[in-house]
Amino acid sequence: MSMPLFTPSNDPGSNFVELVKRVGLTPPHETWSGSVDVPHATTCVALRFSHGVVIAGDRRATSGNIISHRAMEKVVQTDHYSAVAISGAAGPAMDMIKLFSLTLEHFEKMEGRLLSLEGKANQLSIMVRNNLPAAMQGLVVMPLFAGYDDVDQQGRIWDYDATGGRYEEREFVTIGSGGTLAGTVIKVGWRSELSRDAAVTLACKSLWEAADSDSATGGPDALRAVYPIVATITNEGWSRVDDTELSPIFESFAEEMRSR
Amino acid sequence: MSMPFYVPPEQLVKDKADFARKGISRGRALIAMRYDGGIVLVAENASNTLRKISEIYDRIAFAGVGKYNEFDSLRQSGIRAADLTGYQFSRRDVDGRSLANQYGQIIGQAFTHESKPLEVEILIAEVGITAESDCMYHISFDGTVSDEKAFCVLGGDDASITTRLQESTVTDSTLKSSVQRAAAALAGSDRTLSADDLEVAILSRTSQRRCFSRVTDADISEMLS
Repeated sequence: MSMPLFTPSNDPGSNFVELVKRVGLTPPHETWSGSVDVPHATTCVALRFSHGVVIAGDRRATSGNIISHRAMEKVVQTDHYSAVAISGAAGPAMDMIKLFSLTLEHFEKMEGRLLSLEGKANQLSIMVRNNLPAAMQGLVVMPLFAGYDDVDQQGRIWDYDATGGRYEEREFVTIGSGGTLAGTVIKVGWRSELSRDAAVTLACKSLWEAADSDSATGGPDALRAVYPIVATITNEGWSRVDDTELSPIFESFAEEMRSR
Repeated sequence: MSMPFYVPPEQLVKDKADFARKGISRGRALIAMRYDGGIVLVAENASNTLRKISEIYDRIAFAGVGKYNEFDSLRQSGIRAADLTGYQFSRRDVDGRSLANQYGQIIGQAFTHESKPLEVEILIAEVGITAESDCMYHISFDGTVSDEKAFCVLGGDDASITTRLQESTVTDSTLKSSVQRAAAALAGSDRTLSADDLEVAILSRTSQRRCFSRVTDADISEMLS
C-alpha cells in the first residue's frame, strides 16, 4: 500500500478512525433484514480500589445455547494505562477494541503524548454510537472502560449504553448477561479502601457467583486450565494477574462451598 | 511566444542538490548506531518539544534532519502508512525496508518534479529479532536509499562527524559508551555537549511489543559522566 499523503486542508490529523475513513477502508453502512446468530460474549466487571482499578471477565462466548468459545479474551489492554472489557456480539466488539487500541496508539505516536483518560473514554463512546445501526439489528456491543488517570492519580471506570451514553461510576461497573449477579456480589463486598488482593478476590468472587447462576457465563475451567482474565491498572500501568495466583483463589471458593 | 532558456539537466540537478545540501547542513546533526542491545539514536537538539526522533511502529524508529515542517510531515505519513498496514494485515507485516522505499519514492519525486526539493535527510531504523537483522536505511534529499551497517550520520557537517566517529576508540558496545562516542563525535574537539543539548532514544531488543523508548535527560547525564 502506498504512503497516504494529504494536503493541509484535507489532513485527518491524529485521528486513526478518520484516517481509515479517508483511505476508504471502512465498510459502507449496510442495513440488513432478519437476524444473524453470532457468538455473544458475556460477563465482565471492573471495580476501583485504593491504588487503581481491577478489571475482570469470564472466557465464554455463546451462540444461543451452544458454547462457541471457551478461551475468549474479552478483557483487553488498550494501552499502558487503560483496558476495555466487552459483552455483546463478539465479532463487532473485537473489531471495535482493535480499532480503539490502534486509535490510542496512533494518537500517542503522532502527537508524542498520551491521550487523557477522559479523552479515551469519549473516543470509545463515539465508536459505540457509530455501532447503533448494527445494534438496532441485534448486534449490540456493550463495552466497559477502565484506566488509571495520571493527572487525578486514581483509577476511573465507565460503562456505556447502545446509543453511546457514557457513565462514569464511583465504585464498580458490571456488564453482560451475568452482570446483575456479579454486581450484587461486588456491591455487598465493596469498600472504599480495598487492598489490591482484596479487590482481585472480590472480582473473582463476582465472576464465580455469576457463572454459578448464569449459563452464558463461564466459570474457572481447571480441567483445561482456563481461568478468567483478571488485571489491575495502577500508576505502574496494566498488569495481568497470573493464573498461578488465580487458581488458589478459585480453589478457596470451591473449598468454602464444599464445607457448607 | 518567448522560448524558456535551456538549462542542461546536469546543471538543474546540481543546483537543486546544492540548494538542498545547503539547507540541511545549516541544522544540527544526528547519529544512529548499533549497540549490544539494539540501536541508539542521538541527535543534537536544543528543543525539548520539537523532536527529531520518533516512534513509527513496534520495532521501527524515524529520525530526520533539515527543515522541521518537512520531515515532520514525512514522519506523520510514515506512522499512517505503518498503522494502516498493520490494521489491514498483521503487525508483523510492517517492515522498515518497505517504508524506506516509499520514503525514497516521495522524496525523489519531490526532488525531480517540485520547484523546490525537500531540504531533509531521514533515517529509518529497525531493530531485528536478532542482531544480524537490525537495519538502518538512510534516505537522502534526492530520494537515494542506502543501507547502513554499523552507524549512520545525518545532516550538519556529516563528513567530519563520520571521520571523528570512525577514529574514536571503541572500548565496548554498551549503551553508555555508544552514547558517549556519539556525543563526542557530534561535539567535535572544541566543545562539549550536555544532556540538555541532546535528544536520545533507543530501539531495544526486548521481548516487549514496542521497542522504542526515549532516554530522559537525567539518564543521559549519567551516561555522559
